[in-house]
Amino acid sequence: MIPRHQTILFIVLLAASIVMGAVLWNLRERAHERLLKGEVSEPTQAPQVAPAEQATLMVANDADNTVTARVLTLPLPQNPEARARALLGKLFDLYAATDATHRVAGGASSVAQVFLVPIVKTNIHREDGDAGPSPASLANPTGQVLAVVNLTGGFVSTHPSGIETETLTILSICSTLHANFPDVTQVRFLVDGQQRPTLAGHADLTRTYLTEDTVPIAGAQP
Amino acid sequence: MVVLDAAHGGDDAGAGLGNTPEKNYTLSLSVRLRSLLMARGFQVVTTREADATIEPDRRAEIANHAGAIACLSLHATESGSGVHIFVSSLAPAGTAQFLPWKTAQSAWVTRSLTLAGVLNSALQHAGVTVTLGRVGMPGLDSMTCPAVAVEIAPQRTPDSPGGESLEDFGAQARVAEALAAALVDWRSAGRGVRAP
Repeated sequence: MIPRHQTILFIVLLAASIVMGAVLWNLRERAHERLLKGEVSEPTQAPQVAPAEQATLMVANDADNTVTARVLTLPLPQNPEARARALLGKLFDLYAATDATHRVAGGASSVAQVFLVPIVKTNIHREDGDAGPSPASLANPTGQVLAVVNLTGGFVSTHPSGIETETLTILSICSTLHANFPDVTQVRFLVDGQQRPTLAGHADLTRTYLTEDTVPIAGAQP
Repeated sequence: MVVLDAAHGGDDAGAGLGNTPEKNYTLSLSVRLRSLLMARGFQVVTTREADATIEPDRRAEIANHAGAIACLSLHATESGSGVHIFVSSLAPAGTAQFLPWKTAQSAWVTRSLTLAGVLNSALQHAGVTVTLGRVGMPGLDSMTCPAVAVEIAPQRTPDSPGGESLEDFGAQARVAEALAAALVDWRSAGRGVRAP
């Protein structure tokens, strides 16, 4: 049998413990709030900004079916794939402007990714009859690069339909990549990571475009 | 024999041209041009006579079975000015007994470029602004005939930057007359032979 005074003492101590716990929790919350209020949220270091460089954008013009070079000074990342994406993003920003010579909505976010893939020789027939690339050819790529441009579905669905306008978009992408990455000799297109038959009903998106062929015939003579 | 391919149709409306979808415009141009060509002694095969969905490969099949001296794929757009004439951007290649389907036009590209030149001359003679170009396009790339894509746009001038409406009866008639005259020239000059 527990004496009565010990029971009362236990209850008093228990109540005191609970009260002290509550007080401590309250003090902790107040201290945390004071800490947050006193913290300086502004960055203490300036963000890393890429140095501005000259880049050549090949800008399309619907009025005369031409693609002309425009040299701009832009901050560009050093990573080649990010750099290619930034260049095409700037090109699409120009096309999204109200006074654009080749109006296409979407802007820079229309380019999801650009992949730069070294081209390896695949026409070497090994003795075992397999036409795939040999280990030697994989180790010694041609020095040429295939660019795979992954466009967004939103961009493609809002692209104006027409042979001329679609062709100019493709030509300007291919020639912009080649102007800034001379090793890019071939360009392929994906839309949301998938192959798509045409850009907006006309220009073929399933073929591999050779950058040496991407200068359109200007003027009226064939 | 001439093949007229009225682009789009059925579920594929093509470009929007004001109140008229491209598929309707190309069909009306095809019907008009067919009448003009038949009046000049041509046999004409059309890829569609109604608002029907026809895949690009089926259009090329129709053109290839026709054995035509010229294949015109008819399109329309609101961008640009005048008439845009496009030839396949495939590199010219020699003919062979069997041609890859997706690049069959490569054996005919040289003659397609010549046909584009004849159409260009006739259209310019009719006072139409012409723009020439190359395109990679499903259907056109598989045709085994001198083939061009003809895209009609509003004729814009400094006085009329908006251009005359594509629905203008006179503008379409002028282009159709010029195309028919060019094909007569193409046939009479002996360039309309079937060999690539």
